[in-house]
Amino acid sequence: MSESNDYLLAMEGICKAFPGVQALDTVDFSLNRGEIHCLVGENGAGKSTLIKVLTGVDRPEAGKISLDGKEIHPRSPQHAQSLGISTVYQEINLCPNLNVAENILLGREPHKGGRIDWPKTKILAAEALKRILDIGIDVTKPLSTYTVAIQQMVAIARAIDITSAKILILDEPTSSLDANETQQLFKAMRKLKEDGVGIIFITHFISQVYDISDRITVLRNGKLVGTYETDSITRVELIAKMIGRSLSDLDEMSSIKLESSKQIKSEVLLKAIKLGRIESINPFNLELHSGEVVGLAGLLGSGRSEIARVLFGADRPDTGVIEFNGKAVTDHSPLGAIKRGIALCPEDRKAEGIVDDLTVRENIILAMQANNGWFHYLRLQEQYAIADKYIEMLNIATPSADQPVKNLSGGNQQKVILARWLATKPQVLILDEPTRGIDVGTKAEIQKLVLELADEGMSCVFISSELEEVLRTSHRIAVLREREKVAEFSGEVDEHTIMQAIAGSES
Amino acid sequence: MNKPANFSRTWKKITENRIFFPLVLFLLILFFDFLFIPGFFNIENRDGNLYGSLIDILRNGSVVSLLAIGMTLVIATGGIDLSVGAVMAISASVAGILMNPSALKNEVFFVTDPTYTFQPLWVVICVALFVAILCGLWNGMLVAYMKIQPMVATLILMIAGRGIAQLITNGLRVQITYRPFSVIGQGWFILPFSLYIVLFMLLATWLFTRRTAIGMFIESVGINFRSSFFSGVKEKNIKLLVYIICGLTAGIAGLVASSNIRTSDANNIGLFTELDAILAVVIGGTSMSGGRFSLVASVIGAMVMQAVTQSMYAIGVPAFALQAIKAVVVILVILLFSEQARNFIRSLGSKKQEV
Repeated sequence: MSESNDYLLAMEGICKAFPGVQALDTVDFSLNRGEIHCLVGENGAGKSTLIKVLTGVDRPEAGKISLDGKEIHPRSPQHAQSLGISTVYQEINLCPNLNVAENILLGREPHKGGRIDWPKTKILAAEALKRILDIGIDVTKPLSTYTVAIQQMVAIARAIDITSAKILILDEPTSSLDANETQQLFKAMRKLKEDGVGIIFITHFISQVYDISDRITVLRNGKLVGTYETDSITRVELIAKMIGRSLSDLDEMSSIKLESSKQIKSEVLLKAIKLGRIESINPFNLELHSGEVVGLAGLLGSGRSEIARVLFGADRPDTGVIEFNGKAVTDHSPLGAIKRGIALCPEDRKAEGIVDDLTVRENIILAMQANNGWFHYLRLQEQYAIADKYIEMLNIATPSADQPVKNLSGGNQQKVILARWLATKPQVLILDEPTRGIDVGTKAEIQKLVLELADEGMSCVFISSELEEVLRTSHRIAVLREREKVAEFSGEVDEHTIMQAIAGSES
Repeated sequence: MNKPANFSRTWKKITENRIFFPLVLFLLILFFDFLFIPGFFNIENRDGNLYGSLIDILRNGSVVSLLAIGMTLVIATGGIDLSVGAVMAISASVAGILMNPSALKNEVFFVTDPTYTFQPLWVVICVALFVAILCGLWNGMLVAYMKIQPMVATLILMIAGRGIAQLITNGLRVQITYRPFSVIGQGWFILPFSLYIVLFMLLATWLFTRRTAIGMFIESVGINFRSSFFSGVKEKNIKLLVYIICGLTAGIAGLVASSNIRTSDANNIGLFTELDAILAVVIGGTSMSGGRFSLVASVIGAMVMQAVTQSMYAIGVPAFALQAIKAVVVILVILLFSEQARNFIRSLGSKKQEV
């Protein structure tokens, strides 16, 4: 008989290393019966590795895992499941074309006379949903007809029903849910909690952490920062613990911005005159001065990336002219842009940015070498010198310049791409969503870098879905709506004004 | 404590080298021959030239080796060239007709004079290779500029190529008796002359790709052509280039093959060798989806293919059953050297460290 204060799950001193990275460094974690425990941290903090160790995907090098007081060694996700540890991932691993009942009972359907007993399948599935999550839906409809939230709950019901799981791991389940659906999911989680299931909940949304959790464990760089009662820690404190620094950095940024705004030159570096492309972006005018950061604000698909691509030359404009240093541009190609001194960090880092099998060094010199041509190959020492310079300057976390770039975390990959473009010594740097999917700390670093580069006379176009970020970094903001440039603001503007411009003139 | 750690690091370094697995495979097959085929390693010295089964592997493997060099670059960009066999036939036909144009007059005219040739040798070689390069250019244009899928684009020339080769020689087999030409495939300077051609092409291509930025661009286009495009790499020109090189190596292979059999046999020269070349590249460890490549590993891969064939002949497998046996061996090879098996072999080093 275990005592009541014994943990359902206890992980002690877990260590796990990957080539060049200590992913987990003596991390402790515990979970009570009927507890919702949030696991938070930036990208690369070690959250997913901890879950992988718990579910048997990765083996820890050191440390002990005990479930109900007994030591366990999960060998595989199946093994972990048979021990009572179930996981529901962000992407739902169910068959959308089958109906709900089939999905819940797949592989263990009740049989009658050698055939599947469909009426019983239906009853069992409906019962399971009612019992486990207290929801009643038509289980004979295909899964795909339901919202993502319901699908997720079906996945949860299946996970719990198979093994009567004691522990349920939810890995960012809310990232594709809207507010309503999230509340539905939370209701189901509370029901499970009442039934004594321990839930590990991973999320990036701080407000959800406070909505649902009992305790919070913070990881940073593979180390345990601490475990806190949710009531005992404020949001600001929590964020500070996650990013490991105070928020005063943000104040520092606004002073840099103020400083750099004095450096803006009056002459125009890049000028777009009635520049447009059919079915991409309506003709627009835009001026860029050296030392200036121009932000592009607007919703996804409003034409932000299209402006970037046309300015860079990745897309050929149908109308209008681009003037660079007063001369009209004729060669609309990426190479032409690089030769002029224009650089573009594209929006989709994986598909258009990194070359994942190449090393950090090769990724950094790629654009520079393309500019040099086929036969003016940089000597190896020069390549290393350039790579090492930017690894140090941008603080890229990599064991060496010879590491394939795919082994780096998202934020560091983004820095490698930045390095690739900085190495070409551009005069105009176009950044399309440079901070998407990277952690808070690196975000701040990149924003600061943009302002510092502007201070040195570079001209930047900064595109981001996060309005706050655009406001923080830009000297001037152009607002886009439905493939058209609708407004431009310079000087101090508040978020509200811009949001109104994005929304249109309904006021 | 220090020693095993050192060993494991060295082991890891060795096994991560791209040449390691094809080379191990080659040595394994030789070891098999050592056990089961008496006299396989005998090397005869006749008038200062070396002969023997081992030498035969190197000589007979030279055609596939040459193809593998060009094919490696094409595959590294994420493409494939199915037409190399047909290009071989075209280049052989061009060479044949330039040395013995009698076929054009629709008469079978047996030239027996070993010193007779219609055009001098250098013209023969240059024109044949020029035509082969044109073939590569055609493939490259279709793939890079017309954006046709490589398999479909090169299939066109694969099918049409043999017809073109037949047209060149008026549908006849041209006998090649000109002695200097036969040196290409049959000459011997201590080692077979064709081996020197392979080594020269290997070195030249290596220098051309690795001492310039071209190798990196080929890999970068093969891994992610969109990223490469955004970085200013002219990915179309890179693709065009690799198909041209592939055409050139196929042309040289065609000369070697026709010199070997002293005819320009448009029906049989290079028949199905494109598949051997692709397999050689796969054994050499270049991914079919493009990316990192190693020319040396591909040439070793070609030698592996040849060693298998040669060993099968030596243990008495009849010629008609050879393709089937070869297929079985190839399947075994690929299974044995799959990613899982490779990782297992790599992990051997670190396991020893734990013990």
